[in-house]
Amino acid sequence: MRRLVLALTLLAASPAAAVLPDEMLKDPAQEHRARAISKDLRCVVCQNQSIDDSDAPLARDLRLLVREQIAQGKSDAEVRDYVVERYGNFVLLKPPVEGDTLLLWAGPFAVLLLGAAGLVLWRRKVPAATPDAAPLTDAERAELDRLAGPRN
Amino acid sequence: MKRLIFILPIIAFAGLAVFLGLGLTKDPKELPSQLIDRPLPEFALPGIADTPETQPELAGFASASFKGEPRLLNIWASWCAACPQEHPVLERIAAEGFPVYGIAWKDKPEDSRRWLARYGNPYAGVAADEQGRTAIDLGVTGVPETFIIDKKGRVRFKQIGPISPEVWEGQIRPLMQQLRAEA
Amino acid sequence: MLAEIGHFALILALLVAAAQAVLPMLGAARGDAALMAFGRSAAGLQAALITIAFACLMILFGQADFSVALVANHSALSQPLPYRLAATWGNHEGSMLLWVLVLALYGAGIARFGDNLRATLQARILAVQAMISVAFLAFALFTSNPFARLSPAPLDGAELNPLLQDPGLVFHPPLLYLGYVGFSVTFSFAVAALMEGRADPAWARWMRPWVLAAWVPLTCGITLGSFWAYYELGWGGWWFWDPVENASFMPWLLGTALLHSAIVTEKRGALAGWTILLAILAFSLSLIGTFLVRSGILTSVHAFAVDPERGVFILAMIIGATGTALGLFALRAPQMKSGALFGSISRESGLTINNLILMALTAVVFLGTFYPVIMEAVNPANKISVGPPYYNLVFAPLSVPLLLLVTVGPMLAWKRDEAASVGRKLLIPAMLALGLFAGLSLWLGLDKAASAFGLALGAWLILGAGLVLGKRWWGAGGFSWRLVRTTPAATVGLALAHAGIGVTTAGIAAMSGFAAETILVMRPGETAQAGPLAVTMVGAEEVPGPNYRALRARFAVQQGGGERSLVSERRLYTVSGNQTTEAGIGVSIAGNQYVAIGDVQSDGRGQGLVVRIYWHPLVGWIWFGGLLMAMGGAASLSDRRFRIGAPQVRTGLAPALVPAE
Repeated sequence: MRRLVLALTLLAASPAAAVLPDEMLKDPAQEHRARAISKDLRCVVCQNQSIDDSDAPLARDLRLLVREQIAQGKSDAEVRDYVVERYGNFVLLKPPVEGDTLLLWAGPFAVLLLGAAGLVLWRRKVPAATPDAAPLTDAERAELDRLAGPRN
Repeated sequence: MKRLIFILPIIAFAGLAVFLGLGLTKDPKELPSQLIDRPLPEFALPGIADTPETQPELAGFASASFKGEPRLLNIWASWCAACPQEHPVLERIAAEGFPVYGIAWKDKPEDSRRWLARYGNPYAGVAADEQGRTAIDLGVTGVPETFIIDKKGRVRFKQIGPISPEVWEGQIRPLMQQLRAEA
Repeated sequence: MLAEIGHFALILALLVAAAQAVLPMLGAARGDAALMAFGRSAAGLQAALITIAFACLMILFGQADFSVALVANHSALSQPLPYRLAATWGNHEGSMLLWVLVLALYGAGIARFGDNLRATLQARILAVQAMISVAFLAFALFTSNPFARLSPAPLDGAELNPLLQDPGLVFHPPLLYLGYVGFSVTFSFAVAALMEGRADPAWARWMRPWVLAAWVPLTCGITLGSFWAYYELGWGGWWFWDPVENASFMPWLLGTALLHSAIVTEKRGALAGWTILLAILAFSLSLIGTFLVRSGILTSVHAFAVDPERGVFILAMIIGATGTALGLFALRAPQMKSGALFGSISRESGLTINNLILMALTAVVFLGTFYPVIMEAVNPANKISVGPPYYNLVFAPLSVPLLLLVTVGPMLAWKRDEAASVGRKLLIPAMLALGLFAGLSLWLGLDKAASAFGLALGAWLILGAGLVLGKRWWGAGGFSWRLVRTTPAATVGLALAHAGIGVTTAGIAAMSGFAAETILVMRPGETAQAGPLAVTMVGAEEVPGPNYRALRARFAVQQGGGERSLVSERRLYTVSGNQTTEAGIGVSIAGNQYVAIGDVQSDGRGQGLVVRIYWHPLVGWIWFGGLLMAMGGAASLSDRRFRIGAPQVRTGLAPALVPAE
């Protein structure tokens, strides 16, 4: 394996980091929950990032808020509801499944089903594959060979 | 029937074009407030005064006091780029007799005081939300933002961004007058 | 002077394009050979003029001529030369000029390499291509003029965003543009076919190289973009389902579908109407992507121009191009001959299902990207967001049937096949893949079953590609080098591309299941664990750079008995005041070690530096797979059978030779 290892050490750029050690909860299980919830919450002042990814001050405030709620014993759903109560569904990166978003969640499957249905109907109208006509007579085969050239 | 299928793409596209066109007229970052027609979230915030006894107007306030008269609640900060632009309009609003209260968001009290000393203080009361928790309760996403609260302590309107003279005259002042007239 | 020359060249190009849009079309309608030939000359002239304009702009950027507003806003004296040059397209106006350049170059390509096309078809294609050019040249000249002067010229410019001062900027936009602007050619093919009233196998065969010509650079561009995002934006992200990323992914998905449906049209004359529709939609999505990125209609980390006014212009162009094409489709397509018949189990049906699933996948990305816009119009009070959680939940399961099918498809015979026969061919790969899945699930734990499944799926795809080659190389007399040497390039292309998908799938599966992360405050001499890595901070010091000051930290990373040094920097760019973090990445086939430092912070034990450590297993496979796919496409493109001269027709009966894949 060592022989295969490419010892390329790249220097590459990334902007300021997001979750900082001083925000993290002591209990790993709780911290894990906090990270998972944070990944699903949108940073409302950023250009399309979650609060877990963003270094904006408001994102940090919300990360701390999420951890505070978890430490108080709230469930994941309760924490999310707390934030949604203040900012609306916009803050959820996974949109709720409700009447308004039915097209969003069902759309792709509808495309698949409708397309499949369309295919089945199309094939019903047209016979599945033309059953082979009566086999060619010798004369017809000779004519065919003359026109198209001998078969490889 | 066959023709219908071939017309489907252009109809779907027409629909999409309409939505895209409408989308151009909207701002994707502007977030409608969740608080409209709901009670003002509870808070009790300290002031920015360094000698509270001699500076009562900088002593802070609580949500409970927002009853009995319609008020404007303005979220601002000394680091806010657009706030100086809004400031003359706030002074005008205050001069016309409408109470304006200010919450300094994530701002050091000394910086807030300095800013008010420089530009003037249009506020009937000033409070400090250094942690930003009250701002989260209010659903604040930037500064300046202004809430209109009615006599019963319910939020009736939210202005995102600075209040321009046109917005004041066209939307907010009529609303304030209407709220005053309400029971 | 150069700016004025460039500006003038652009205006001339617009005039030439206008002529090219009208005259060859008339020529085709009347059968006038001279007018049709004019189309070819005009295409060449247009390309030359826009090349001059673009060269002028690049020279202005290279010279750091701040009397040109664009240069002043995106370049600075301290900026290194490669980035001064690449900044030409690191902004809205310059990138529009690049768009227009690639469009014209493809047009010239049709003129130069399309001599085997029916004359009327070629003339119509060039005319449609020119119509698109006219629209974009007008857009560039009237709303986004790159040559506007700035007076008085500043002594130094505002530098290019440091995130863009990176080799990625040199290659990523040009590759992407070669990709989705390339689909303009297939669009023109489709519209021309609708005008002619024919989309026969010959048309599909002529079109296929152009589909590949666009698909290959687009694959490279997306792969490069993902790689760039990985080391630029950090901590293991390689795809964010950001609207701008989706804007390039949708044409890719449709382009892949087009590639496969064109095979059916070419080989069997079937699905012609569908192929035309796909060609129209692929380019339309390219246009919509351009609209999305520049109009401000959606927020994105990538958006580099937010101007609703320009958005209106682009939307008008989209309505013109796509609306006309789809209208023509509604009118003409029903009258076109429908093609040959095929059995429920056949190569054609496999490719049709491939297309169906790709359409559903495109629908996922499309709905996710545009739903917020639709909601704004329908119910403004309920503003929603659609982010990675949605896409991951919906896209991944839908892609599984497609990935399973990829290996089955090439084993199917044309027109009619039997399930048993295909099943026999696939038995061994299926057993191996299932065995791998079972083995991995047991060894790594049932909670990692999803990742194990992904890895097994990757193996299934790679084995399938091997099977294609194996069937070719083992003839009746066993393995034969002659068979290897005479393997058609298109067969190699298929194998490479399908194997590439497998490699990428394996990389994605490993990353989603087995990546590790540790974030903490470290001081020199301390060690931290992340998955299989043990990272020790060796030291930290201040270091100056060409246009920045940096804090550099050195680390020793131990893994599985080996040790490697990594370096991470935190840079402050002096002109703009921007800060960036440069991560240290240790690359290997098994995965990447990734270390990035942040700011100074205190924890329980005192002051130190924030350090993020990541283990990214098989992450390189994601992009290597993309590279394999692109190589596969390029191999197919090089296949001799595509570069047929005048179609050889013995008598009226035999169709010209058609490649098997």
